[in-house]
Amino acid sequence: MAFDERDLPNPLPRPEGELAELERVWATPKGWRIVTAVNNTVIGIFYIGTAFFLFLVAGLLALLMRTQLAVPENDFIGQPLYNQMFTVHGTTMMFLFAVPAVEALGVMLLPQMLAARDLPFPRLSAFAIWAYVIGGLVFVSTILYDLAPAGGWFMYPPLTLKEFSPGDNADFWLLGIGFIEISAIAGAIEIVVGTLKTRPPGMSLMRMPIFGWAMLIFAAMIMFAFPAVILATMMLEIERSFGWPFFTAAQGGDPLLWQHLFWFFGHPEVYIIFLPAAGLVSMIVPAMAQRPLIGYRFIVVALIATGFFSFGLWVHHMFTTGIPSLSLAFFSAASMAVAVPSGIQVFSWIATMAASRGRFRITTPSLFVLGFLVIFTIGGLTGVMVALVPLDFQVHDTYFVVAHFHYVLVGGMVFPLFATFYYWAPMVSRNMLSERLGRWVFWLMFAGFNVAFLPMHLTGLLGMPRRVWTYPADLGWDPLNLLSTVGTYVLAAGVLLFTIDLVVRFRPGQGQDNPWRAGTLEWLPTDLYSTRSIPLVTSREPLWDQPGLARDVAEGRYFLPGTLTGGRETLVTSPVEARPQYVIRMPGPGWPPFLAAVFMASFFLLLTVKAVVPAVACGVLMIVFCIAWAWSLDPGPGREVDIGGGIRLPTYMSGPRSHSWWAMVVLMFVAASLYLAWVFSYLFLWTVSPEAWSPHGAPALPAWRWPAASVLLLLAGSGLLLGAQRGLPRRGERAAGVPWQMLLALACLAAALGIELAGHWGSGLRPTQNAYAASVYMAVLLFGQLAFALAILGGFVIARHVTGRLDRERRVSFDNLALLFHYTVAQSLLGLALVHGFPRVVA
Amino acid sequence: MRPPGLRRAACILAPVLLAAGCAGVQSALEPAGVEAVHIDRLLRLVTLFLALVFAGVLVATAIALAGPHAWREKLASEHLVVHAGMVFPLVALSVLLGYGIWVMGQGGSAQAGVGLRLDEDIAAAFEALPASGLRIAVTGERWWWRVEYVTADGRRFASANELRLPVGEPVPVLLASADVIHSFWVPKLAGKLDMIPGRVNTLTLEATAPGVSRGQCAEYCGGAHALMSFFVVAMPPAEFAAWLEREAAPAAEPATRAATAGRRLFMTHGCAGCHAIRGTVARGTIGPDLTHVGGRLSLGAGVLPNEPQAMARWIRDTAHVKPENLMPPFAIFTDAELRDLATYLEGLE
Repeated sequence: MAFDERDLPNPLPRPEGELAELERVWATPKGWRIVTAVNNTVIGIFYIGTAFFLFLVAGLLALLMRTQLAVPENDFIGQPLYNQMFTVHGTTMMFLFAVPAVEALGVMLLPQMLAARDLPFPRLSAFAIWAYVIGGLVFVSTILYDLAPAGGWFMYPPLTLKEFSPGDNADFWLLGIGFIEISAIAGAIEIVVGTLKTRPPGMSLMRMPIFGWAMLIFAAMIMFAFPAVILATMMLEIERSFGWPFFTAAQGGDPLLWQHLFWFFGHPEVYIIFLPAAGLVSMIVPAMAQRPLIGYRFIVVALIATGFFSFGLWVHHMFTTGIPSLSLAFFSAASMAVAVPSGIQVFSWIATMAASRGRFRITTPSLFVLGFLVIFTIGGLTGVMVALVPLDFQVHDTYFVVAHFHYVLVGGMVFPLFATFYYWAPMVSRNMLSERLGRWVFWLMFAGFNVAFLPMHLTGLLGMPRRVWTYPADLGWDPLNLLSTVGTYVLAAGVLLFTIDLVVRFRPGQGQDNPWRAGTLEWLPTDLYSTRSIPLVTSREPLWDQPGLARDVAEGRYFLPGTLTGGRETLVTSPVEARPQYVIRMPGPGWPPFLAAVFMASFFLLLTVKAVVPAVACGVLMIVFCIAWAWSLDPGPGREVDIGGGIRLPTYMSGPRSHSWWAMVVLMFVAASLYLAWVFSYLFLWTVSPEAWSPHGAPALPAWRWPAASVLLLLAGSGLLLGAQRGLPRRGERAAGVPWQMLLALACLAAALGIELAGHWGSGLRPTQNAYAASVYMAVLLFGQLAFALAILGGFVIARHVTGRLDRERRVSFDNLALLFHYTVAQSLLGLALVHGFPRVVA
Repeated sequence: MRPPGLRRAACILAPVLLAAGCAGVQSALEPAGVEAVHIDRLLRLVTLFLALVFAGVLVATAIALAGPHAWREKLASEHLVVHAGMVFPLVALSVLLGYGIWVMGQGGSAQAGVGLRLDEDIAAAFEALPASGLRIAVTGERWWWRVEYVTADGRRFASANELRLPVGEPVPVLLASADVIHSFWVPKLAGKLDMIPGRVNTLTLEATAPGVSRGQCAEYCGGAHALMSFFVVAMPPAEFAAWLEREAAPAAEPATRAATAGRRLFMTHGCAGCHAIRGTVARGTIGPDLTHVGGRLSLGAGVLPNEPQAMARWIRDTAHVKPENLMPPFAIFTDAELRDLATYLEGLE
């Protein structure tokens, strides 16, 4: 597929009305109907706007806390409020600002960088974003009425168990943050499929902008990291509400289980935040240098290596828990190894700066990039210090660590984010932000940050622990604390100035074309429909290497210059080489995702305050709106369309080429991570308290025939579903047996679940008995959770068949059901083998 | 290590100052214990090395931005990425790691837990230790420190919120928790080690010089976490031996009328339900042992200086002195009664 100037895929002049049609199809809903919008540039602004607002709120909390700590023995803020404030500050910054903000940048920027019209699942993005907006705002508001959690952002039990944290405060963390994690996972699915399937033709993986790589790895890390904390959250909430003793030592549980699960998520979390920010820096540096990035391949490898290593060093948050020296040495080595990929990136940026055409341009974005480089390097070096076990024995949980992780997170994420605001604002705003004020913003933030946080290293070494609301005078901490407080105010002044500039100058709309003369596709001329046509890409910096590209794209001479099916659509290409595969017909604005998000948020929040009946009602409504939304999907095969250049593509796809199939596979990875986290928990608790295990500490397991019956039923269910798949009717026909086969398959699943539950219950085992019992019932619960989802999905697919919407070709819904069903069977077989086999083997 | 200056000498001589604190008394940079000395040395070396690395990065950036053309050309290649970004960190980090692991292996280091579980059975943990020499157990409670000594000859007795150590003798300290996770940290003596329900960890403390160190809970434990401190007093061996004898003995009989009245109030108004005073009928175990409370450096786990007025304030106004603490405020006492109580308790040296 090589075109030269003469034979671009689509000829000029373009037909009358083609552009008007494109504009009509992609029009944004007006007035308050804006909440029904699904287009990435529209909801992306709500997303990043909410994240920024929550950053301001959490920052304000920090400012108040620093005011309290300005002088010793201060009583500006009392102990109970202060304990809530630092919990909300940390939780908000990590869960409600950092991850959503980078995910929002993915939503905003990725489709533009890939010249896609939108992300592949626009309504899923809208759903995730609204759930986050509502949940996030409610969560931070709890600080106003004394309902905020006070367990610290990592919520260690036993402190967070009912006994030591009565009241609903901790539940706001567990349920409120829990479902926002679900929203992050939805975003991750979107991003994985988006980067792998919606790149423009010719943009092979090795031509993808670094930010695309960073987001792909970011999303993959979310898939494996977040399930661990979701499981931990579920177990802690279940222990609080129903007394299943996962974390109570006296009943065979272990508080350290939480720490393992939390940090298995929590450490990758830091890189989940940092990688996209590093990706953004790798985009800005070449633009300011007017040279391609030096070491592109090294950076890709470094990003992948960081993602990989980051899962192997969670224990460095637990060096002081008294774990054996050998583990200490291993995790210390792993923690130091992860510094290498960061070193690669830092020196790639420096090399690219050195390679600048003329000199590296000093603009506000480049100032923030340089600030990032300085601050992040310090954070990385102090990271090496805390990775040294003996040093960590001293500085762990002190202000040294507070300084370290602010250097890493503010340096590694907030400074790149501000660089991003200045750099990409002209892409989505009619005005650029002020370069003149920008210098002030930068220097205030940079100076303020260092004045606030550099002294904290020393404060920590002088013995000041973190999370203290006050401290005695004359321990040598007073002047350092005062200095930190002054610095915080300077930092806040910088952020305030930025906010003012934002309010004054930021106006959503079509911005300038390529003010920085950058080389990547997001600087093509765009409108609501994104680019007029989808380019053929032949290099990493197409705008530099393909002269005339911007004009040709804007004139509609490349692929898909109008709408071919009369609705929204974008191009799907193959995951590695980016060869065109088919055209997705995409949904436009609609109420269901918004309402489903509202009711999901209500469900969890009402559950938090123990309003069970209204909560269940909201849960039912959420499912209703999800079904209403999904019903319009899976439109079935349409006619083939010509996207230009003689390429004719289908407008429907099922099976492994379909974006829907990819999304389901990603979801299965998420489910598998969740289940493996449970397997880990089960085995971990056994190593801690083998005496609680059956048959010594608990009733003997049910006889072999119980799990055997479950296994047979599960296999029968899978077999029935395979039968239904073979029996799918031809187009326009029905097959009487298919719904019954599906129904029977679901019944087999339910029966297997029932037998497993009845078997344990009949043996006299109760989940509150000890940690072993709780783990066994947790497996049943995880099985039941998937069975519940499958029951809804199965009912949905049966209804599709009954109404004539399911056949051999129009079968995406069925394929999704089948994938999830077979996965569930596989997961349950593993679970049965472990639960029924393991205690017998070790007994 | 800095020689003890005037200010530090004053700290040691005048314990009353201590509740208010003294610069350096909680500093990891002024080590007075074997492990802390090792770590301090490692810290200084690593800091110096990393500062040089940081300077190198700054210089490279400065050259990349504003250096002469020829220099910039040298930097602008993948060689820089490979050498400065990969080879150098791999070599440097390996060396640092080796040194770090060596320091970790030094005797004074915090040892992994003895792995006892499911109990606060400190007794069993004591059994697991070599029976010679002094052993101490510290249990973290919300928000104070329960202390138990076992002497070389097997005597066992309780104390609270303060540790005393003989200089030059490694003393194993068992660490456990009665409720939530706490962390035992005396920066001048050693690194911190967590106190986790269901586990017992062992930290070996060896003071290198006589003097007072301040310790503080380092793992957030809710409520009054910020106000959970204690003092560790390292004494020359002979002085320590004498102190240990006094500490092991039951409480002294009240010497004055006020003190006698105070004791009666203590026994009749519920104090004895929570606190023990050896040699009296007070055998409560919920709160700190008060047998020799008058001899300690502070009240309320490092919150107030140990003097009669502070004692009276603590009893009446404990909820304000240390918010959320689990001792109920005793507003029932008149000023005179409070004076008597304080006199009695302050006399228990």
